[in-house]
Amino acid sequence: MFASENGLKGDPRLEAISAAIRVVPDFPKKGIMFQDITTLLLDHKAFKHTIDIFVDRYRDMQISVVAGVEARGFLFGPSIALAIGAKFIPLRKPGKLPGKVISESYELEYGHDRLEMHVGTVEPRERVIIIDDLVATGGTLSAAISLLESQGAEVVECACVIGLPEVKGQHKLKGKPLYVLVEPSGVDEFC
Amino acid sequence: MQTIIISSPLVSHRLSLALPVPRSPLINYHHGAPPSIRLSSHRFTNSLRLFSSAAAAAASRDSEMATEDVQDPRIAKIAASIRVIPDFPKPGIMFQDITTLLLDTEAFKDTIALFVDRYKGKDISVVAGVEARGFIFGPPIALAIGAKFVPMRKPKKLPGKVISEEYSLEYGTDKIEMHVGAVEPGERAIIIDDLIATGGTLAAAIRLLERVGVKIVECACVIELPELKGKEKLGETPLFVLVSSA
Repeated sequence: MFASENGLKGDPRLEAISAAIRVVPDFPKKGIMFQDITTLLLDHKAFKHTIDIFVDRYRDMQISVVAGVEARGFLFGPSIALAIGAKFIPLRKPGKLPGKVISESYELEYGHDRLEMHVGTVEPRERVIIIDDLVATGGTLSAAISLLESQGAEVVECACVIGLPEVKGQHKLKGKPLYVLVEPSGVDEFC
Repeated sequence: MQTIIISSPLVSHRLSLALPVPRSPLINYHHGAPPSIRLSSHRFTNSLRLFSSAAAAAASRDSEMATEDVQDPRIAKIAASIRVIPDFPKPGIMFQDITTLLLDTEAFKDTIALFVDRYKGKDISVVAGVEARGFIFGPPIALAIGAKFVPMRKPKKLPGKVISEEYSLEYGTDKIEMHVGAVEPGERAIIIDDLIATGGTLAAAIRLLERVGVKIVECACVIELPELKGKEKLGETPLFVLVSSA
């Protein structure tokens, strides 16, 4: 669900966050309006608002693990984890994590990719949130949910800064709640 | 003001024996032994200098270590939380795995606090972090000191206009990229990565930022592998590390 529908309607911070996100057309290929969060990271106030909104939401939910999807999930997840006193677990592309890992494949537009996680990082029934910068089809997040659930963790929610139109109206992802701060910038021009 | 502490070899030896080594019940540390805190001997005489531009300019050849003062147990705890994986990514390499540090909430908090204490109030407006593990440590530091975070990425990941810098690998070369316009001439920056090995990546990051007129105040890493002499590649730029892994 979008933050504006869930207690933050009219919150000026959401406006600032949305305004700080840059749209780059035709990246990585023609026709795609890429939502670039690097400009959000350059805006210290807006970046802080982003983290604060997630922290306010999760601090009293007994979350002991924040899992972040490589690489842009790493930009948001650790700050949230530190503020709520949770562990941070990186979910990575194949071959990056040393030692024992489990992996899950997911669909891309053409072909598929894999996501890996370290074995032994979560205890059964630990409460987890999964962070990424953006959710489009939900394929990556679904793989992340599978990985964590296979280790016995309870995925409480998936959280993203931006949610593409495909997910609007979709409150749940693989049965899990989805929390999104803003819609893509620039989308109104095309309606 | 920070006190200048000079640790004697005898004191530091007792330090590494006396402290309990916290271990996560979940992680199977290599060979059942915790990662060792191995501080090479010349570090023991390295003093922690007051952080000032004069001190930075006069920085010695050795990397600056966070204090090994007996009163600061944070460093030992951080070092103990890092897992060593042998033969990764290839035989002969002892990989320093910081993911176990990220599972230790106190150690992770202390790591960030040590960097924040060093860099806040020093007019640093840019924290640049090298993909991907620099993305884990850089943003919390940037947020705490009121700076922007600038990701430095592998080729073709950043959309829009970028500038890039090539650097040598053992075999071949690689590139890192940064967005045009992310930083302005005259800004003061620190560059963060989890570890410095040969120094190739950090040296490339320094060159990239200097090309656009940014002053790099310091490079900061959690871990240094001193035998690889990465510090030498950084030229005039000082290096600050928390843990030195011989």
